[in-house]
Amino acid sequence: MSELKTAEPHGAPPADASPAHEHPVDFNNYVRRCVFIFIAILCAVSLMIWISFLPEHYTWAAKVGMILAVACANAFVVAGFLMHLLSEKKMIYTLLGFTVFFVLGLFVLTICATNDFPTGTTSH
Amino acid sequence: MDIPYTVQPRPDTGLYNAKLGIWLFLASEVMLFGGLFSGYVLLRVGADQWPHGWLSVPLGTTNTVILALSAITTLLAWVACKVGHFGKFKFFHACTLLLALTFLCIKGYEYHDKWIHYEIKLSDGTFADGHLVEKSADFDLAKKTGTFTIHGRIVTDENDLYDLRAQKNIQLKEIAVPAADIKSMENYGPWHNTYLALYFTLTGLHALHILGGSIVIGYLWGPGRRMWKTDPKRFTNRIEVSGLFWHFVDLVWIFLFPVLYLT
Repeated sequence: MSELKTAEPHGAPPADASPAHEHPVDFNNYVRRCVFIFIAILCAVSLMIWISFLPEHYTWAAKVGMILAVACANAFVVAGFLMHLLSEKKMIYTLLGFTVFFVLGLFVLTICATNDFPTGTTSH
Repeated sequence: MDIPYTVQPRPDTGLYNAKLGIWLFLASEVMLFGGLFSGYVLLRVGADQWPHGWLSVPLGTTNTVILALSAITTLLAWVACKVGHFGKFKFFHACTLLLALTFLCIKGYEYHDKWIHYEIKLSDGTFADGHLVEKSADFDLAKKTGTFTIHGRIVTDENDLYDLRAQKNIQLKEIAVPAADIKSMENYGPWHNTYLALYFTLTGLHALHILGGSIVIGYLWGPGRRMWKTDPKRFTNRIEVSGLFWHFVDLVWIFLFPVLYLT
């Protein structure tokens, strides 16, 4: 982020008031960045919709795979730029690392249980 | 006694306490929605058939754009606080609040649309499917009296109601169904099938998060903004923390929209 350009009114916090964000903030620069992010999100949403309306010779499994890939890219933009995850503290990365581990474990356990039928049954 | 580390970062974590707190909360939220999404995967993979085209893509897209826009305005509200432009903060936070309420209104309309949508099994084995137009005053399914008028169509095979995307030029008309001809009927509520149960559970929980976030944003925009005069740095951090929650809600929708509306 570039240096602060906007004037600070009396009584307001300085531009780099929060110690958690040591970088100075330029409001206009942020607005420009937000416009780009919003356009990127719109493009991703349009792409997902376009994929979902592809002709029938694309199977639903293929469409779901492509759409989820675009959704993941979209989520990366939101988390990375809007939530500032690309420039966060190590503590948060550690916390999210554990979260990802447990969520993936949850998915794997669920998938592993797909064919784990109750005793005395042979199918769902 | 002052609460420590509301503005200054703790030396061991490098974060002020509320920020660490919100990330811990978001981690638990990831586990909550992760469990529901894994349940969705399990049920969908195990289903013999899955509905397509049951939800309005234009409405879902509108809500996606609204939520993305609200994520932008909430970020700009925080930046406005950082640079000391309280007027801009009030404007952007008000925008976020209005967008959130618009999202909830559209979601409410969608729920209502499903609530008045009926699948009626007729005595001759066919199915009447459509939205309720009118129910005669004397309509009573148990006594077999009155008529139930829908705007929809009649199909001979129930499977024709599943994949609406694959069917072109579906002709809808007003159909008056006498109660005497009805074998059974059910609206498109969460009890209708697995897909709708998942739809209402996932979007309902998400809508509750939107509502909760709106209350917090509304508080910070209204009575809570007094803190700006006494402790602007702490107020700015509150806006950041509420913004992180809002972005998470947006993230969840980024996956809900394709999973429920597009696939």
